[in-house]
Amino acid sequence: MQTVVIDAISMLMPALAAADTESGPISSEIVGAVGAAPAWVILIPMLPLLAAVLNVGCAVAGVKTKLPAVLTIGSLAGSFVLTAMAYLTLSGETNIATAWSWFDLSWSSGSGEGPGQTFKADFGFYIDNLTLLWMLFVTGLATLIATYASEYMEHDVGAGYCRFFFAFALFVFSMSCLVMGDNLLMLYLGWEGVGLCSYLLIGYFYKKPEAVAAAKKAFIVNRIGDLGLAIGVFLTFVHFGTVEYAELFSSEQLRGYIDSVKAGEAGDVPLMAQLIPVFLVIGAFGKSAQFPLYVWLPDAMEGPTPVSALIHAATMVTAGVYLIARMYPVFLVSEWALPVVAWIGTITAFLAATIGMAQYDIKRIMAYSTVSQLGYMFAGLALLSSTGAVYHVLTHAFFKALLFLCCGAVMHGFAGQLDLRKLSGLWHVRGWRIVSIGMLVGCLNLAGVPFTAGYFSKDMILAEAFVTPGPGYALIGWLLLLTAGLTAYYTFRVFFRVFVGPVHYEPGDDDHGADHGDEHGSDHGHDSQHDDDHGFHPHAPRRAINGVLATLAVLAVLAAGLYFVKGEGKGWVGSMLKKSTAAQVYAPGGGDHKTTAAMFLIDDAAHHAEPHHDDAHRGDEHHGDHDHGHDQEADAHGEDHGHEHAAHGGFLGFDPHKVMYYVSAVVGTIGIGFAAWAHGPRGAASGFLGGRTQADRCRMDAVAAGLGPIPRWAENKWYVDEFYHAVFRRPLWVLSYIFQAFDKLVVDGLVNFFGLLPRLLGKTAQPGQSGILHGYALSMAGGVAVIVFVVMLVTL
Amino acid sequence: MLGGVLSIAQAGYPEPMHAITLYHYLLLSAAIFCLGLIGFVTRRNLIIMFLCTEMMFQAAGIALIAFSRFYLEYTGQVFVIFVLTVAAAEAALALALVVLLFRRKESLDGTAWAVLKG
Repeated sequence: MQTVVIDAISMLMPALAAADTESGPISSEIVGAVGAAPAWVILIPMLPLLAAVLNVGCAVAGVKTKLPAVLTIGSLAGSFVLTAMAYLTLSGETNIATAWSWFDLSWSSGSGEGPGQTFKADFGFYIDNLTLLWMLFVTGLATLIATYASEYMEHDVGAGYCRFFFAFALFVFSMSCLVMGDNLLMLYLGWEGVGLCSYLLIGYFYKKPEAVAAAKKAFIVNRIGDLGLAIGVFLTFVHFGTVEYAELFSSEQLRGYIDSVKAGEAGDVPLMAQLIPVFLVIGAFGKSAQFPLYVWLPDAMEGPTPVSALIHAATMVTAGVYLIARMYPVFLVSEWALPVVAWIGTITAFLAATIGMAQYDIKRIMAYSTVSQLGYMFAGLALLSSTGAVYHVLTHAFFKALLFLCCGAVMHGFAGQLDLRKLSGLWHVRGWRIVSIGMLVGCLNLAGVPFTAGYFSKDMILAEAFVTPGPGYALIGWLLLLTAGLTAYYTFRVFFRVFVGPVHYEPGDDDHGADHGDEHGSDHGHDSQHDDDHGFHPHAPRRAINGVLATLAVLAVLAAGLYFVKGEGKGWVGSMLKKSTAAQVYAPGGGDHKTTAAMFLIDDAAHHAEPHHDDAHRGDEHHGDHDHGHDQEADAHGEDHGHEHAAHGGFLGFDPHKVMYYVSAVVGTIGIGFAAWAHGPRGAASGFLGGRTQADRCRMDAVAAGLGPIPRWAENKWYVDEFYHAVFRRPLWVLSYIFQAFDKLVVDGLVNFFGLLPRLLGKTAQPGQSGILHGYALSMAGGVAVIVFVVMLVTL
Repeated sequence: MLGGVLSIAQAGYPEPMHAITLYHYLLLSAAIFCLGLIGFVTRRNLIIMFLCTEMMFQAAGIALIAFSRFYLEYTGQVFVIFVLTVAAAEAALALALVVLLFRRKESLDGTAWAVLKG
């Protein structure tokens, strides 16, 4: 059936199908042979683009139905089906499908001697396992979330609905270009495209000043990162002479650098090549909301919740992770790039978790949690656990989308209420059971409770943190472990406060439900058990929202199963990455060991400090292969684990790969336990011994009071926004005022002076113009007399 | 300077048969023109000022006729006929204007009108 469809499409596009057979494979050490993908993969990005165009048509035609949603869901589902087909037929290979030639410029060298240069970037798509993995969850989640949004956005049916789904479909198109593009320019196009759509959707409620400010903030902060990315792309072209992945990864130059690193001569890699990933990663920090540039993401929650779920949790913000995974070989030859990524990721994870602990807006808590989890992913990549990082991207996409959509359902039903002090016991409210179960599944995943998907993916990163050598990486492991505990706490803080305990709710001030608008009384009961006592009736989610939440909950649970899929690598993700650029390609001595330039940086320092280091290091190289299953690894390495890890800061003398599963389970349980103690409901009805007696009273209040000003600082986000305001925005304002004064005084003054000059001259001649006839006559006669006198004097 | 003019005036006639020469005509013309000019500048009554401009006109006419006779060339006299015609038409217009101006300000004072003051 599948091949029939494929053949049919190939027949429709004979030219591209012919290219399939003619072009020979390009040999490449990093990515293997590159073939030509069938032309129908081009439809994967084009279908959402078509939906975007049709939605513009809907807006022009003034469609007042849910047609835009239907169009968008249909095209996204089509994209997903095509992606799945591509996965079934093309996985394990590297193929390129070119839609059309985009840039193809050639020029001769300035002096006329030597070869000229060619800049080539096709509108083409690079289909390898990394692309397929990303596109599977991007298109799949986009379809589900569009379905959810069709109900969530229904109060805006009309022009707003068209606008929403236009930006939504355009976002998926841009994301597809970003992920599937076969060169860095396509990636840049998609990168800017998703940034634009993010801006449009954050500012969707453009009449709300906060939303407009948040949209501008997101746009501007992203531009800072994008500048780094642009410089990285420029330098890639300048240094490697190409921006196409296939050519870059098969270039002699890059392979030469890899050989240098493998041979332990990391210093041979030129400075330029080492700087490229550092610039690229600045772009990743912006888009993926990492430490210095993370401030836009929490504010981006002003957008509609489906947008927060899709763009600001599941897909767009993982673009930075994708960039690093895609350009992994370039990152590995740099001595600085990965340590920078590791530290920034860890700092972000920890910082965002501490802020998330003290917030009261549940959507913002989820936003900080996203920032924190993205930090984990970055750290995972930098700790050479690309499998763990990408697996975490995948699991996080499902459970965080689920969490956001649950928050969105609450927000939708309770007139925009998001304050966890004003909501309680939703589990017991009729019609909210599916949302509550979805929230529970999401929270269990995020908290890393054993045997959930989030548990496995997080542990893969945590275990690597304790074995990978690098500058201060041991501390990174401990910080990440601590963050895991904090994550468990703030996650279940939300769950315990909002979903269990006595029923209590107050509506928000968002008056979007016309049928409820007149019922918002001021006397919301404070201890009532039934809706009837309230003036306000929450409207429970209906089929679309509940269906999507249930599907996502199931998917989030099933994602754990991917860990146990047997393959060439660890789990399904490991097997997928094995045949992509994100595989750890360095194998000194032909083995399967991990090596990066950064490790040599450390080793050099260690060599000077400790002559006996060599033995331990060799042992660690053996250990470094984490692609084996857990048990095999234990067998392979024998009894000298303790020694090895002691040398490289293992986990308390144990093998982190073995004990991390227990350690993180314990840490997570402590976090959840503390949340239960502090925020769990108390009372005979719930049969629970928590610390919360009312919706807004809990044991944590006393604990927080004991901590002095620290909780207040955390609630105010450690004053990072204020710091940026004082350090960047305020001086810029002052500077702009100075320039404005200069413009007003000097530039305008000069122009006005020349404008004034004729007037001044006129003023001097003005008294002559008395308006009285005699004066004119006299001056005329006088003038004639003077002329006659002069003429006489001259001629006679 | 006057000696030069005198020599030109006397050049047309072999000898001064009459006491009145071109010189006298031109002197009369200049005197009437100056009287007109002085009157125009010093007097305030619009009608008097207008009459003064007419005087200057006629001074120019006298000069033209004198030169015409002097050179035995009739172009100047023809020209003066035209000037007289134009002056008559202009007098009608100017007096009408004076009447209108008087109606506006109830005064014939020329200095009352200074709307072009800069």
